Amino acid sequence: MAVVTRAAPAPMGTRRKVGWARARRYVLPLVGLAVALAFLGPYIVMVLNSLRPSSDVVQTPPTFLPRTWQWSTFGDVLGDQRFLNWLKTSLLVATSSTIIVVLVAVPAAYFTARFRFAGRTAFLFLVLVTQMFSPTSLVVGLYREFFDLNLVNTYLAIILTNSAFNLAFAVWILHGFFSSIPKEVEEAAHLDGCSRFGTLTRIMLPLTMPGVVTAVIFTFIAAWNEYVVALTLMLDDAKKPLTVGITSYVTGYEQHWDQLFAASIIAIIPVVILFAFIEKHLVRGLTAGSIK
Amino acid sequence: MADPLQGAVAEPGSTPAAATAPAASPVGSASSDGPSRGRRRRTLHGGTSIWVALLWLGPALLLIFGVVVFPAVQLVRAAFSKYSITGLRLGDAGTTNFKNVLNHSSLPTVLANTVIWVVVVVALTVLISLAVAQFLAKDFFGRKVVRWAIIVPWAASLVITAKLFTMIYDYYYGTLNLILTTLHITSGPIDFLGDDRWTMASMILVGIFVSVPFTAYVFVAGLNAIPDDVYEAAKIDGARSWQIYWRITLPLLRPAMVVASVLNIIYVFNSFPIVYTLNDRNPGFLHDTTITFMYKLAFKSAEKDVGMSAAAGIFNVLLILIVVVVYLRTLKWQEQED
Repeated sequence: MAVVTRAAPAPMGTRRKVGWARARRYVLPLVGLAVALAFLGPYIVMVLNSLRPSSDVVQTPPTFLPRTWQWSTFGDVLGDQRFLNWLKTSLLVATSSTIIVVLVAVPAAYFTARFRFAGRTAFLFLVLVTQMFSPTSLVVGLYREFFDLNLVNTYLAIILTNSAFNLAFAVWILHGFFSSIPKEVEEAAHLDGCSRFGTLTRIMLPLTMPGVVTAVIFTFIAAWNEYVVALTLMLDDAKKPLTVGITSYVTGYEQHWDQLFAASIIAIIPVVILFAFIEKHLVRGLTAGSIK
Repeated sequence: MADPLQGAVAEPGSTPAAATAPAASPVGSASSDGPSRGRRRRTLHGGTSIWVALLWLGPALLLIFGVVVFPAVQLVRAAFSKYSITGLRLGDAGTTNFKNVLNHSSLPTVLANTVIWVVVVVALTVLISLAVAQFLAKDFFGRKVVRWAIIVPWAASLVITAKLFTMIYDYYYGTLNLILTTLHITSGPIDFLGDDRWTMASMILVGIFVSVPFTAYVFVAGLNAIPDDVYEAAKIDGARSWQIYWRITLPLLRPAMVVASVLNIIYVFNSFPIVYTLNDRNPGFLHDTTITFMYKLAFKSAEKDVGMSAAAGIFNVLLILIVVVVYLRTLKWQEQED
């Protein structure tokens, strides 16, 4: 920081800066539009494909816009009991996994950040190694384990799997947050007669809210989008999550591209809403903290 | 402004700074944040310490051992076992499975693909995300909308995005070919997923596309964690914008960069749906990475060998472990050089 070279501000540069200040009002939103389009583009194709009959999706020559507009797809999908079942599973699995991860990760992260004990390093290392495993690489082992426990085809099996594989990231991120809070804050709470648990819930958690929020959104998104384990462990169609369920719209026997894409769009919406909602919380956490 | 709480309440970007400490050196970081109070230290050094620790860490340990370590042990067991083509355990195999993987004729191709896939996707993702994050940190009309738009590829499941891209890349019906031919960039359609020259590049593009949102989000948080007065001081000192970026922003963004690149290496290496879905109709292992290679060994190849697949899975875990440890070591070494 201290190495910045001193240079006399050139008048030329200042003039250029004024011009830029005026131009950026128009340039930045335009660049923003281009960036947004780059990331939304494929999903715009998805929306357009959900609004045309399946036969129109696979017809040459291809067209940008539907040849015939079919507005009924979304209604059809939302009225489909199978789809509603999958949606219910996804909501249940993602919400439960997120709650479990927060409940389990917060005490672990807090304790490792605050105390030294035999095995602390080993625990943190274990967490780091866990992060490197993907459920995909362990799916054979997972299936055998849950088969022995008679948990194949249960919500519990995928909830536990999602919780376990997202725990590492949550512990990792929360550990950092707890470490960064000065001990004096806690000591003050202690002097005021706050218990260890009370300090955690009343003092530390509010201060680390952005960390908790980050853990929540990461876990929720990962659980919402998990595919391989659910594919292997959920055999009952009514209990499948969205990711696995909606692929049955396009199989060797029937190709409902329109429904596949409509269902996909509906599956994205809850996550985007969650993010929009949580981003606000992030900002609020920031301003609330700076009052101190 | 010199509030001691600032680091704590900043956006998650401040997190990586501390969060990487245990990653880079679990031993070294232990000294930095010891017990908060003397009294507690004494209790912890007594016989109860391990029980107190178990109380707080118990649920986490239960989950990790029950759902990660136990299946991993099962995987190791499978790697040393012989299986029939239907997945029935026939008996011990010794190290045959490992030898079979190492002697597999497609292994060099698969390893080369993995290196290209991980290096190119992670490097370009980090570069693009830096630019995107820098842009999103600016204040402009519609910033919120752009932020939400960028979340979409992250929020959409990889399977769905991969399926969508098979449609976009399609030789006959694909939107990309429609755009390219309409704009006369190419004379005819390109078989993005069937032509060997294009397959890897097409997969890499999707890989970057789905990795940028998360990475950019980490960088935005990292940028927000840099206090404004640092920039103000630099401006008063007359630093130009590129100097500020090179000398202040990038070094202070380092912790976020470490977290983003380590997580990206892990995710991209372990990425299954993209390579599997986009490469679905090509036979053999010409465009597979080690993860899809492993899966195909068990479920799709002529061999259908669970034991060999498990052995490949163990190689995968060891490989990613080595890559991450070497990466973190190199960073630490660089830090000491500075």
